[in-house]
Amino acid sequence: MSNKPRVIARPLSPFMLGQYYRFQWTSLLSFIHRMTGIGLSVGTLLVAAGLIALAGGPQWYGVFAKHVGAWYGQVLLFAWTWALMYHLGNGIRHLFWDVGMGFDLKTAERSGYAVVVASLVLTGAAWAVACFL
Amino acid sequence: MSNSLRSPLGRARGLGSAKDGVHHFWVQRMSALALIPLSLWFVFSLARLATGDTDFYAVRHWLASPSVAVTMVLFLAATLYHSALGIQVVIADYVQSEGVKLASLVLSKFVHAAVAAASIFAVLKVALA
Repeated sequence: MSNKPRVIARPLSPFMLGQYYRFQWTSLLSFIHRMTGIGLSVGTLLVAAGLIALAGGPQWYGVFAKHVGAWYGQVLLFAWTWALMYHLGNGIRHLFWDVGMGFDLKTAERSGYAVVVASLVLTGAAWAVACFL
Repeated sequence: MSNSLRSPLGRARGLGSAKDGVHHFWVQRMSALALIPLSLWFVFSLARLATGDTDFYAVRHWLASPSVAVTMVLFLAATLYHSALGIQVVIADYVQSEGVKLASLVLSKFVHAAVAAASIFAVLKVALA
């Protein structure tokens, strides 16, 4: 017997998004869940920075407030609000799956649409409160 | 298996690739459950805060209130714990090299712990000032 390891040509599964599979909402929403999760982890650094600046004194807070109030700060804040609302809604969807509910394809697709709509409505509601109330 | 003297629970404990059974799965879900009300509170109380005065003293006064400070500490703890668990999965899934994987896992855990300690300390400093 030879010591060389035998190379077994195992079948490989291609990545879920792209040219290989028919487009599916469910896999795109799953991908967005992970992307928003990573984005929110980065956003948590901003929350921490804001609290540390607030504890640090008026000068530190002033620097923080200046960046949050600038156009790029507002754009990021809006993106983070939506990411949080999406991750929250889709997370609830995952919790239902974890107890075995709504896992058939039709329900999973419908709950996916509902999550997208809910994330937009909640983001709009939060910014409406902040801007108009 | 029916001849075994070990209980089903005893056999199931400590399974999984990291030998911690379903612990990671369970705490990820528990922190998610806690974050449903906490994140809604965070977003909408910040939105409401933005309608009024957002200068240094007004925001400090808001955070110093016991109910806000305690809820903020809970939000930070749950968020950073949930984030540490999530980033751990992302690193385990996508980083191929074992060395880089281990280094990023340790670094991620340390950064999460440091951010949690610093942000919670900041809230307490404001609240107890």
